[in-house]
Amino acid sequence: MSRLSFPVLLAIGFGFAFLYVPIIVLVIYSFNESKLVAVWGGWSLKWYGELFRNEQVLDAAFLSIKVAAVSATGAAFLGTLAGLVLARFGRFRGRSLFSGLVAAPLVMPDVIIGLSLLLLFVSLAGAIGWPASRGADTITIAHITLTLSYVAVIVQSRLAGMDQSMEEAAQDLGCPPVKTFWLITVPMLAPAIVSGWLLAFTLSLDDLVIASFVTGPGATTLPMVVFSKVRLGVSPDINALATIIIVVVAVAVVTAVLISRRAERRSAPD
Amino acid sequence: MAGRRRPLTGGAGKGAVTAIPYAWLLLFFLAPFAIVFRISLSEPLIAQPPYSPLFGADGSYQGSFFNYDLVLTDEIYRLAFLGSLEVAASSTLFCLLIGFPMAYGIARADAKWRLVLLLLVVLPFWTSFLLRVYAWIGLLNDTGLINTVLQDIGLIADPIRMMQTQFSVQVGIVYTYLPFMILPLYATLERLDWSLVEAAQDLGCSATKAFWKITVPLSLPGIVAGSMLVFIPAMGEFVIPALLGGPDTLMAGRILWDEFFSNRDWTLASTIAIVLLALLVVPIVIFQAAQQRENR
Repeated sequence: MSRLSFPVLLAIGFGFAFLYVPIIVLVIYSFNESKLVAVWGGWSLKWYGELFRNEQVLDAAFLSIKVAAVSATGAAFLGTLAGLVLARFGRFRGRSLFSGLVAAPLVMPDVIIGLSLLLLFVSLAGAIGWPASRGADTITIAHITLTLSYVAVIVQSRLAGMDQSMEEAAQDLGCPPVKTFWLITVPMLAPAIVSGWLLAFTLSLDDLVIASFVTGPGATTLPMVVFSKVRLGVSPDINALATIIIVVVAVAVVTAVLISRRAERRSAPD
Repeated sequence: MAGRRRPLTGGAGKGAVTAIPYAWLLLFFLAPFAIVFRISLSEPLIAQPPYSPLFGADGSYQGSFFNYDLVLTDEIYRLAFLGSLEVAASSTLFCLLIGFPMAYGIARADAKWRLVLLLLVVLPFWTSFLLRVYAWIGLLNDTGLINTVLQDIGLIADPIRMMQTQFSVQVGIVYTYLPFMILPLYATLERLDWSLVEAAQDLGCSATKAFWKITVPLSLPGIVAGSMLVFIPAMGEFVIPALLGGPDTLMAGRILWDEFFSNRDWTLASTIAIVLLALLVVPIVIFQAAQQRENR
């Protein structure tokens, strides 16, 4: 880092401190025996015990993971199709509306998405009787709508940067287009689809606002439980929950990076 | 390479591949906006559904701009939209001030460091947004860590009031959206041709002047994209003002939520959504134009 001047190094140091100090403090205080933030009561695991005895938190976590897994899978499917259309299908009637619809959820405030989807569900229920009740299913549909755009963008940029000569070679050798797609394109796209799925899963797990709008009685996701608890101030068992999430995410992201780096190194010619 | 190739999928397959995501987005993304707009033209009713019909029994049009009138003239809504604009604009500026040197440093760091530093920027984004906002409560509270430490070392006698102010909301927004600023900035700075900067300096241009004359203009697409990625979600933000702001921190996303969940006024919430959307059209168009230039 010798090329960097001192002010730039200072700015980087400040920036990373700003990003990480709150997280580190949260992790440390999750082991604090005392309930008060200002008082250090000694190291303890009691908030973790309390967290795992809290039925409400466990039920909500289970529901959130279920919704995230199903919606990420739906978003990966629809988003891959959308990315394929945008990257490979050239011009067709309605393309600009389509690309606008794919891009819009990326920047739309979540209060607007949440309100509009709820009003859609209410209108549909009045008109055709579906959805009869709101809950996990309506949250899943809302999350698919939100996250398919992220998958589409990742898949589209992967397709744009992908060498088409493999597909061309297969077709020149007489492979039918659909078979070429499944045998060549999909395996080459797999890393993009997997990272899209993971991003969709994370976004779904994290969403409070949209889920709060479109849920019904009985379906409470983890962010809703966390929000109602922390609205009243600091709650040490939420510190414990945050620490668990941070550790899981850090391990997963670092592992993913190491695996993809090793794969790159293996495929790169020496 | 001259052989004519068939398209990836046949005509019918192509139609189906397009139709599935297209239909989904039309139904679950575009149609809801039409409904929001329609409800914004009604007046609230104590009924099921809680808004007046758009057409009377005799088929006459009964919609009105009653709610728009209210939102645009009533002090509280005006203050909320102005508050959102102010907080979003200043937070965007702070993100740029903190994010640009970071993106610049990462782009100019040794290749082996770059990946690690980028990973450190992205990592917080993968952890829960809600919990990262919550982390600031414990830092900024009157009895929080910052005040306690400052009191213990004798710098202040009474705690500084930081929580439930505009300051705490801005800290929360800058903290949450900083990675969204750094990543597009890094993407343009990484591809920047640094030999231009060197050439300018060789020809006698000072480092500061070269920075403003060459580095900044060439990284403009990244600055625009990053700023929009912070400004747009900040305008509609609900969670951050709800957790870190006080009762007097009025923001558009928050009053939309309150009208809907506390006052159960669907028509007013819809009107606020439409007005917010109208305010966001310009930044969204700027963002998409910047993205398209980038993709070409």
